Amino acid sequence: MVDYGAGNLHSVAKAYESAGANVVLTSSATEILSAECVILPGVGAFGDGMRGLEERGLVGALQEYAATGRPLMGICLGMQLFFDRSEEFGNEKGLGIIPGDVVAVPRTAGVKVPHVGWNDVKPVFRPSEDDAATFEGTPLEGVTAGEYFYFCHSFTARPRDAEDAIGVTRYGDAELVVAVSRGNVWGTQYHPEKSGPVGLDLLRRFLERTVAKRAA
Amino acid sequence: MADGAASYSPGGQSGVAVRIIPRLDIKAPNLVKTINLEGLRVVGDPSAFAMDYYTQGADELLYVDIVASLYERNSLQDLVHKTASQIFVPLTVTGGVRSIKDIQTLLRAGADKVGINTAAVRNPDLIREASRAFGSQCVVLSVEAKKTMYGGKGWEIYTDGGREHTSLDAVDWIKRAVDLGAGEILLTSVDREGLQRGFDYDLIHAVAPHVPVPVIASGGAGSVDDAVKAVQAGADAVALAHILHYRKATVGGAKDALRAKGIRVRS
Repeated sequence: MVDYGAGNLHSVAKAYESAGANVVLTSSATEILSAECVILPGVGAFGDGMRGLEERGLVGALQEYAATGRPLMGICLGMQLFFDRSEEFGNEKGLGIIPGDVVAVPRTAGVKVPHVGWNDVKPVFRPSEDDAATFEGTPLEGVTAGEYFYFCHSFTARPRDAEDAIGVTRYGDAELVVAVSRGNVWGTQYHPEKSGPVGLDLLRRFLERTVAKRAA
Repeated sequence: MADGAASYSPGGQSGVAVRIIPRLDIKAPNLVKTINLEGLRVVGDPSAFAMDYYTQGADELLYVDIVASLYERNSLQDLVHKTASQIFVPLTVTGGVRSIKDIQTLLRAGADKVGINTAAVRNPDLIREASRAFGSQCVVLSVEAKKTMYGGKGWEIYTDGGREHTSLDAVDWIKRAVDLGAGEILLTSVDREGLQRGFDYDLIHAVAPHVPVPVIASGGAGSVDDAVKAVQAGADAVALAHILHYRKATVGGAKDALRAKGIRVRS
């Protein structure tokens, strides 16, 4: 778990531990590159997050780690940092691991920003599929469609490639992409570590699948 | 906020569920209950109550250090750390937060959001600095509002646990704080707090529909029906203390009451 000075490390670490992980908090590029699974948590402003990574010399390490094919998961700001850039406080460059950008949550009629609270997350409907959309085959497999998760954010990811979006939520008139996945890299805008038992289950299943796959 | 006519949807209508937030006023190491933010009674061990509320389905927890502001200290860090190790819903902490460093300390201890009142009134720029450093979504403006006396209009901002008046108009101050970067408003009615006669619905209605950030109604719930009325007045979330601490209601009971009125809650 990458410690780059951004917020809620403790909560995320405890949630992952309770889901069965052996968590190591680190700011070391070497440790990141030798990890079995890397988590990029984070709360706060995009620019500060990138500067936190830069100051610790971790930008290159995360890009290199992502290329190894081992699992990389981001939460909230951590997930946003995977993208190319964010318009938060100007135009900030991201890690560029998932193509796309991060924009302000649309202020559609009557909507308050930040988007704070519990909202229901649905799978992305793909016209090629016959049945109702499910999370099957994504890192969210096992989550019931429409389950509530906790959100707290003012900016939202906009993946360039539609197939990278795996979960959406409705906020006012806007549909926000709130879970993304591209190869071995995935993340959630919402906070599984703050979403009660449903969130812990999600982390546990991710670990089980990841560990099982790597052990196989 | 030049746009005085702006109107935001009441809680539950934009897609996000209305939150039920147990409010735990703490005078370390005890959970206490106050009346008009004064005259406290010891209720019990905050960790035990917090765990109970988590199990009941609380959407978030609110810790208020009620003496920190008076003694210029922050004693909640250990409790926050312990709570965040066991309880996996958001935790907002307020009371005695004076600096960017205090906010960072609480966030690192496991708080998700940090409320500021007294220090923000003394130095409004703290709101801007905090929202720049941690994001607006971390910065809660804690408001202690009291109806203006002597026939005046509106509500006045109080600090230091409802003890010091400021001459600031509550609605003006809240709008200014939101412009500075506050991401949420904890709206406590000093007049109603602890009396169990219902929230100050006029206050909620004067604030919630007119600010672009979520508003947590606090102070005065005597029954779950009061939670419904607070949401109907515009609240995005409802803080409950007395009725939960003294087992007059449960988190689930409050949600049932909201759901029965067609208000969206997390099941």
